[in-house]
Amino acid sequence: MNLYKYASPVNFYPLAGKLIPWFSIPAAILFVLGLYIGFFIAPTDFQQGDAYRIIFIHVPAAWMGMFLYVLMAIYAAVGWAFNARLASMMASSISITGAMFTFLSLVTGSLWGKPTWGTWWVWDARLTSTLILLFLYIGFISLQAAIDDPRRADRAGAVLAIVGVINVPIIYFSVQWWNTLHQGATIRILGKPTIAAPMLTAMLVMLAACWLYSVAVVLIRLRCIILEREQTAALASEATA
Amino acid sequence: MRTWSDFFSMGGYAFYVWGSYLLSLLAIGGEVLFLMRRKKTLNRISLEEQKTK
Repeated sequence: MNLYKYASPVNFYPLAGKLIPWFSIPAAILFVLGLYIGFFIAPTDFQQGDAYRIIFIHVPAAWMGMFLYVLMAIYAAVGWAFNARLASMMASSISITGAMFTFLSLVTGSLWGKPTWGTWWVWDARLTSTLILLFLYIGFISLQAAIDDPRRADRAGAVLAIVGVINVPIIYFSVQWWNTLHQGATIRILGKPTIAAPMLTAMLVMLAACWLYSVAVVLIRLRCIILEREQTAALASEATA
Repeated sequence: MRTWSDFFSMGGYAFYVWGSYLLSLLAIGGEVLFLMRRKKTLNRISLEEQKTK
């Protein structure tokens, strides 16, 4: 089998269609399973009560926001460096899902912050750098939307995505580098081995569900982008013919 | 958590916990909905193109 064949959007289109159910169906199952473990098996936290149950969506959403950004930047860079259209389309497709998860991590964090810290928002290192991540996503999406020529839009987006990658390690290490209000996420769980298992399991199952979900929606959107660009290209060639 | 009313009250944190999950449902459901609409529009356009050809 010639794998390079699939670097072409037209050839990748049917392959992506076949792959989608292998991700979307397990994602739905794992979302249900993760929530079941999180709400019915994981015990109440003795410090935070039931408020901590926000963790099962908050932490996976925050991780996805960061992972997807790095992935988006890699695809954008590959698309730019090797003039690979499919990779650039992949970056555009990832940006929407990444922005959605980053937004979700911020709002669920806010809803968690109010009962535990007594405030919806603080200008703390982790929160601020995550807000910058959301702005980077929005910047990437609007920059691409503002440029008519798709390949020029891809190149401009790639520059922004690559420069913005520096923000991801800043988010990740912010709880160690600065004295912040935000807790070091997993440390708290590992510190209490008696309740670690079901809490950690629920969080990891939800993370797996979010990953599978992301792959499914990114592939569906990629197929839309391929069609849209092919149609635009066809229209353009008709107009000049 | 023993009873259903305990479950729904979330130890007094119902607003924050259920609010988080409701927003998550809206964000994820919204993304899927918009994507399905985008796909449907594209399919319609390509069908119309085939008819005119």
